[in-house]
Amino acid sequence: MNVRAKIIMSISALALLLLFVTPLWRITLEAPQYPDGVSMYIWINKITGDTPHTLQNINILNHYVGMKYIEPDSIPELKYFPFVIGTMSLLGLLVAWKGKRSWVLTWLILLVVLCGLGLYDFYLWEYDYGHNLDPKAPIKVPGMSYQPPLFGTKMLLNFKADSYPYWGGLWLSLSIILAALSWYLAGVYKKSK
Amino acid sequence: MKNTFSILLSFIFLVFMAACGNSGEKKDSGMMNTGDAAQKVYVAPGEYDEFYAFMSGGFSGQISVYGLPSGRLLKVVPVFSQDAEKGYGYNEETKPMLNTSYGFVPWDDAHHPELSQTDGVPDGRWIFINGNNTPRIARVDLTTFETTEIIEIPNSGGNHSSPFITENSEYVVAGTRFSVPFPQKDVPIDSYKENFKGALTYIKADEPGNMDVSFQILVPGYDYDLAHSGKGKSHGWTFFTTYNTEESHTLKEVNASQNDKDFIAAVNWKKAEEYLKQGKGKKMPANYMHNYYDEETHTATSTEKKEVTVLIPSECPGLIYYLPTPKSPHGVDVDPTGEYIVGNGKLSADLTVHSFDKMLTAIENEEFEGEVDGIPILKLDAVSAGTVSSGGLGPLHTEFDGKGNAYTTFFISSEVVKWKLGTWEVLDRAPCYYSVGHLMIPGGDSKSPWGKYLVALNKITKDRYLPTGPEMNHSAQLYDISGDKMELLLDFPTIGEPHYAQAIPADIVMKNSKKIYPIEENKHPHAVKNEKDVRVERDGNVVRVYITSIRSHFNPDNIEGIKVGDKVYFHLTNLEQDWDTPHGLSIMGARNAELLVMPGQTETLVWEPQKPGVYPFYCTDFCSALHQEMQGYIRVSPKGANVPIKWSLDGEE
Repeated sequence: MNVRAKIIMSISALALLLLFVTPLWRITLEAPQYPDGVSMYIWINKITGDTPHTLQNINILNHYVGMKYIEPDSIPELKYFPFVIGTMSLLGLLVAWKGKRSWVLTWLILLVVLCGLGLYDFYLWEYDYGHNLDPKAPIKVPGMSYQPPLFGTKMLLNFKADSYPYWGGLWLSLSIILAALSWYLAGVYKKSK
Repeated sequence: MKNTFSILLSFIFLVFMAACGNSGEKKDSGMMNTGDAAQKVYVAPGEYDEFYAFMSGGFSGQISVYGLPSGRLLKVVPVFSQDAEKGYGYNEETKPMLNTSYGFVPWDDAHHPELSQTDGVPDGRWIFINGNNTPRIARVDLTTFETTEIIEIPNSGGNHSSPFITENSEYVVAGTRFSVPFPQKDVPIDSYKENFKGALTYIKADEPGNMDVSFQILVPGYDYDLAHSGKGKSHGWTFFTTYNTEESHTLKEVNASQNDKDFIAAVNWKKAEEYLKQGKGKKMPANYMHNYYDEETHTATSTEKKEVTVLIPSECPGLIYYLPTPKSPHGVDVDPTGEYIVGNGKLSADLTVHSFDKMLTAIENEEFEGEVDGIPILKLDAVSAGTVSSGGLGPLHTEFDGKGNAYTTFFISSEVVKWKLGTWEVLDRAPCYYSVGHLMIPGGDSKSPWGKYLVALNKITKDRYLPTGPEMNHSAQLYDISGDKMELLLDFPTIGEPHYAQAIPADIVMKNSKKIYPIEENKHPHAVKNEKDVRVERDGNVVRVYITSIRSHFNPDNIEGIKVGDKVYFHLTNLEQDWDTPHGLSIMGARNAELLVMPGQTETLVWEPQKPGVYPFYCTDFCSALHQEMQGYIRVSPKGANVPIKWSLDGEE
């Protein structure tokens, strides 16, 4: 691998670390009586809101329809995701240092698979929150579930729920694109030799 | 027969015409151009007003907050009067706010709101207001729009010439409108001239929680009516109007109107500070209260004060001068440059304007025409800058637009007159409906007025609105003063009496407005910050219920073991942390008001149950879809019963 491919691979590996400083995903609830909207941010290691009290406010809304309380402490993924990302970043740097093109491809496939698993896991949590409702809930709408969309917009009773990647999602995509670019450049270099 | 019929017919016709004529004869509305005016005051749904206007509630004792130009009522801030709607003065936390040296006084007559200033410009941190009846001054915090501090004024009666702040909010002032024996004592009323004195009081205002009487100046027993502090070059001085320089004590409407001239008292408060440093102040016994509401404990405390420092003019030369001013001057207003001091001689047609520069020269040259109790009286000719021959009658108050114009209200001729500073010529006049008292231009008594609107604060309403029986709300009238001619735009009723008002651009205040009280900052001694910690505790016959509210339940909501003869304290903490989610609490038969608890706040309702039974309690503020379910029960057993204290929510203790 040439130096340029190695540098790009290193950047790809380091971009993953940005997931520790920006949220991965954002879910925003909008209703007339919430003029500012209520936004929840999903990080690799925590769940936050616009204010320190947003989660409490979302939980209060959710309890009317019998959804479980969102308690970040009870979500194990938030504990081991940081290790997965940290390890992948380290491995990525190792790949860049070793400079073997096939290793880049392996790392890239591994990252894409992990992202796919992460999204699937996110979907399962959303499904669980949206469907696993308290039978004693004060508001019961027959046939209604409250699963927010994985990607996109959906009406949940009076709330419009928007779910889209946030800055972290961008860094992750960037990491994937850069790794692919590194692999491609290394290929071009190999041919030119 | 035909003749009779036609007579009858013409009679009916006449009656009909008369009736039509009566209803058709529309009174003068005062409007020039209705279509244009409607556009100017229209604030579309969801849009914000340009100004906050803080209107004194007058004899309601409160401040009402309106939006301008729409005239929409935004809030009533309870200040000197109990307010059952908000539990102010009813809950344990705010009762101390209304404590005085006479005990609990649940009402006052609020007169002059005054915004805090920095460098002579309203800064939107606080608004002060005076209580006239039991002399007091209150501070309202404009991040919460709550009354946070009240200080009583000793040795004073009728705190009218107040609070009229100094340029950097150093002091608010208080002059006595009704002179009283100083210190109070039992003397014959007709010994007025010998025993009655006035007091001009300076209260430190620039630190929340530390309002304090810095000093009082002992002055002759006149009626000190209104005041304004100097600005710019006259910063360091305060001007107080006087009437009753006759020192009469009965039938004042006649006996206090005999002298051709009364005085404007000019006080050099910077000089007073020097005299205080030199130790010229005399400590005198007094008795007054200072009440402070701490936003972190959500609780007010009332502290008794026992002493004041008094300055005596005869011992402090240069501290105070009298400026002769014709005809019982009412308002005294200082123009934005600080040069002109306008005396509104309420029993005359004219305004007397004094010059600050000429006053300083006259003092230097000792152009005195006499002296009262060591206070030099300056010669009118030596201080007068000019006279405004208005053509109106009964001038009361003047404000300024910052473009070289002044606007004066005339109570008797019921109008506002616009005139030019320096040339004293009358430029325009507009009728008021009816009998205007104060007027208000946003920032109109400051160094930089926002001279777009003028509000006339009227005393008499009569036929302006749909009748509501003998008592009617007083009216406020909004004029556009951006052009050469004043244009009446809007007419709206206000709460109590819009005695005086102040206004400030909305963006200065709204950015600091709080949405919640952070629960982690709640230091109330009886707060419960977690539903796990709710409980009921008995100590003798005192029972404390540590209860929480969050949509949509109280915890606990079933309480047993209360007995007749108990004194039950409901310490309700609202655990909500979302904007606009207050919860109320009311208990059947409680001889008290409701609680209305803001997010993150703790408030206490005292209940003394009288009869055994089971009593419901509920949330009064429609909080959520399940608000109607937000209720509970308290079981009251007979005195001496053996029912143990027990509390629960959904069967769980």
